[in-house]
Amino acid sequence: METKKEKKSNHIIELVNVSKEFDGVTVVENINFYVRKGEFVTFLGPSGCGKTTTLRMIAGFEIPTSGKILLNGEDISVLPPNRRPVNTVFQKYALFPHLNVFENVAFGLKLKRVETTIVDKKGRTKIKYKKLPKEIIAEKVNKALEIVDLAGFEKRSISTLSGGQQQRIAIARAIVNEPEILLLDEPLGALDLKMRKEMQLELKAMHKRLGITFIYVTHDQEEALTMSDTIVVMSDGSIQQIGTPESIYNEPKNTFVADFIGESNIFTGVMPKDGQVRFCGKAFTCLDGGFEKDEPVDVVVRPEDVIITDPESGTLKGKVTSVVFKGIHYQILVQCGRYEIEIQSTSAPQVGEKVGLCVNPDGIHVMKKIFRVNKFSGVITKRNTVEFGDGEFECDVTQLYPGSHLDEEGYLITAKGEKLDLTDTEVNVEVGLHDITMSDNLDEGGARGNIISLIYKSEYYRYIVRTENEEDYVLACEDLWNENDLVSLSIPKDKIRLTLKIAEGTK
Amino acid sequence: MAKSRLKLRFSRKLLAIPYAVFLAIFVVIPLLIIVYYAFTDADGAFTWDNIRIFFSGSGGDSFFQTARFKTFVQSFFISLTSTLVCLLIAYPVAYIIANCKLKNKMGLLLLFIVPMWVNFVLRINALKELLDWIGIYNKPGWNIFNTVLGMVYDFLPFMIMPIYTTIIKIDKHYLEAAKDLGAPPAKAFLKVTLPLSKAGIMSGVSMVFLPSMTNYVVSNYMTYNHTKIVGSLIDDFFKNDLWNMGSVTALILLTLMFVITWVTGGFDAESEVNARGTTL
Repeated sequence: METKKEKKSNHIIELVNVSKEFDGVTVVENINFYVRKGEFVTFLGPSGCGKTTTLRMIAGFEIPTSGKILLNGEDISVLPPNRRPVNTVFQKYALFPHLNVFENVAFGLKLKRVETTIVDKKGRTKIKYKKLPKEIIAEKVNKALEIVDLAGFEKRSISTLSGGQQQRIAIARAIVNEPEILLLDEPLGALDLKMRKEMQLELKAMHKRLGITFIYVTHDQEEALTMSDTIVVMSDGSIQQIGTPESIYNEPKNTFVADFIGESNIFTGVMPKDGQVRFCGKAFTCLDGGFEKDEPVDVVVRPEDVIITDPESGTLKGKVTSVVFKGIHYQILVQCGRYEIEIQSTSAPQVGEKVGLCVNPDGIHVMKKIFRVNKFSGVITKRNTVEFGDGEFECDVTQLYPGSHLDEEGYLITAKGEKLDLTDTEVNVEVGLHDITMSDNLDEGGARGNIISLIYKSEYYRYIVRTENEEDYVLACEDLWNENDLVSLSIPKDKIRLTLKIAEGTK
Repeated sequence: MAKSRLKLRFSRKLLAIPYAVFLAIFVVIPLLIIVYYAFTDADGAFTWDNIRIFFSGSGGDSFFQTARFKTFVQSFFISLTSTLVCLLIAYPVAYIIANCKLKNKMGLLLLFIVPMWVNFVLRINALKELLDWIGIYNKPGWNIFNTVLGMVYDFLPFMIMPIYTTIIKIDKHYLEAAKDLGAPPAKAFLKVTLPLSKAGIMSGVSMVFLPSMTNYVVSNYMTYNHTKIVGSLIDDFFKNDLWNMGSVTALILLTLMFVITWVTGGFDAESEVNARGTTL
């Protein structure tokens, strides 16, 4: 979407390499984007992804740890909020409880000072800052209340208003100041579903009418798709994808975006050549290309893009395990060997029926696999080591319970003094790319396998080592090894991060 | 099932009984006794005389020239000054503690509360000794100052606590909203924080103003019995066996307090919830 020919002056706000840390924890990591004048932009992401922090940096409530925020080309990174031509609609409205509706809406206008040139007695011209006249304030407030459909509510106290009305007052209070940008921080979160849908359309219409740039924050993908001109998908403090709702839905850049926006089937596959991808044990024709030969990739197939055929003509064959009516379509689950595939279709097969499945080339989205960490499922053994990925490694089990330690017999004593036997505890294991080392002494490490892939990544080589039982380790190493080398893998005790499996279920 | 519900209802009602009994014995009955003495003469017959006598002059002087009236005015002035000084000290203290980034705010607050755990007669005595050492104790012209100082010293925590509790409860988003709408920090404070902490201020004012009218222990100790406040007036009447006059004075003070509380909005349901329930 970024065409360099586009004039910079069209960018009302631009974030350049912006990062934000709180107490050493990075919340927003080096983000770059711009917003065009008059655009409706939505930051979309799960809670804790940094979207609200980004918005607060634009509003001026947070100062970026590094990077610049440009408003119409001027650096406003450290400008206090009261000096930015930006207004915010807060998540919980933050209407002043000690003021009535009129006073709330007029709050900003009463603070405004208009520059006027006057000629004093001696004939010199002076610049004075004057308050807005009362009549003009009243007129503007009334107009803003009309826009949000609450004319006649001036004298009401805030506590007598419903959630939806408070929401509208909050919007009126912001737009009455005619900001260059209106920031909305999950403004519809507290409303019920029906109200929310109504407000979505109203906000969209308001945006068109006012012509102000809207920056909207939400975790609701449907809301984002309904209202936005541009969606910025965020996760873990960085931008995953920027694009129109259509492009984000149809061409997700990675599995996170695919998974977060809409339903999707996500497979791990390989690309033997451009235009062909193998997943679920079968080769499919696709439109993507440009990957290394046999590079592992993520394959995303939307449930509505899977076509049910008779068993003979489908690329995949499987058995229907579940059919659920969802109003406009059926949600169908088909088991194809090890893989469960979700399908949305307007016609429903019978449960237990054998069906064939195929996907048109344009329904297959191939994306680069992002390895941040190796994730495994593991089990704690009797010796307080952990078994995962076809191997057994020494680990520090005390990290499972904060403040715990091991006694001489190998039992874990928790911070509260409880004695636990961790044998057979199921855990999630995470190991960073750089924390695994390879060795040709096969007895040395906790697991062994063959190097099936190596990619040169300018600073290091990225290797994939596959064990006998097809468990893959991804690791980074500066030295060059050969493909198919048999290596053993070792991981330092303190680099194996363990979390309890049960904890995940209760999240 | 029905039995357990019955039990629950019983236990709740029972919980109110000790308080009701306490209220009756120590508030309602004494109040009735005061009213009784205020409207009876030495023989126990009903009369308006006590009130008439209180508001009439003596020996050719009008009521406004009597010592009684002067005591009331002086007492009112001392209370008002003490309250204002308390407010001027307490608000910044409460504001700074509530907004500081320290985790242990309560500890900081305790620095102001802990002195209250020392018996106040001892504290006032200590203060008196200190003033004596400085050389302004029982010196002409210093009495009012010393009284106000004693009152402020004694009642300051009662002003800090309610203000602190209201400030700490103010949603930070209000302040952000004010700044977002263009208010510089000082304006945001005046237009948002200050009005929103009104309940705490009012609560603090009533907790300082009203006792300052009657706490004659402070005025007596601090001025070697030279400065009289309403409390000392009532005390004098009762000490001299003038129960009827004492009761009338108490009743007039009570009415005055009621009016002041009413005017300052102390009976508003909202401020009740916000701050008046504050405990130390």
